[in-house]
Amino acid sequence: MNKSDLVAALSKETALTKQVAEEVIDTVFEAMSQALVAGEGIEIRGLGSFVVKDYRPYVGRNPKTGRNIDVSAKRLPFFKAGKELKERVNSKKP
Amino acid sequence: MTLTKADLVNHIYEKNKLRKAEAVLAMEALLEIIKTSLADNESVLISGFGKFNVKNKKERRGRNPQTGAELMLSPRRVVTFKPSSILRQRINSKKI
Repeated sequence: MNKSDLVAALSKETALTKQVAEEVIDTVFEAMSQALVAGEGIEIRGLGSFVVKDYRPYVGRNPKTGRNIDVSAKRLPFFKAGKELKERVNSKKP
Repeated sequence: MTLTKADLVNHIYEKNKLRKAEAVLAMEALLEIIKTSLADNESVLISGFGKFNVKNKKERRGRNPQTGAELMLSPRRVVTFKPSSILRQRINSKKI
């Protein structure tokens, strides 16, 4: 499912026009992006939480060549699924 | 500060000029669509933000970290998130 599928589904569920549905989706993910850019966490009950982790610079290795490479400091967002999502996804076993 | 669902509802209310009740409904519907899709084993790709995937994990041997007792972990499904390169760049534009 991509963003246009999401827009169509939201429009169908809520009777919002597709244009408004798309604007709402953009608002939500832009607000979430801005929180992460500011280094803030996100907590959405039922879905899950996001945190931003800081990485110090470290010496890594290119797994293909075995050479050492300097990896500069970086930040990465991490997602942890919430209880409800975990249970629903896992209710149909692989 | 942590961004919550109530904050997101407020963003929708202010930016998209919906009534408060409509903003709540839109937020709930959006979350439900995402969760249903993942529960149906379908990934959700939000361009510019990231992709939620469902991964199948095989049965494996694990340990209870509290007691150290060995146990078999059943095969399971888990949700993973891969941030888009745009989001990664934005998060790293302000260096620590």
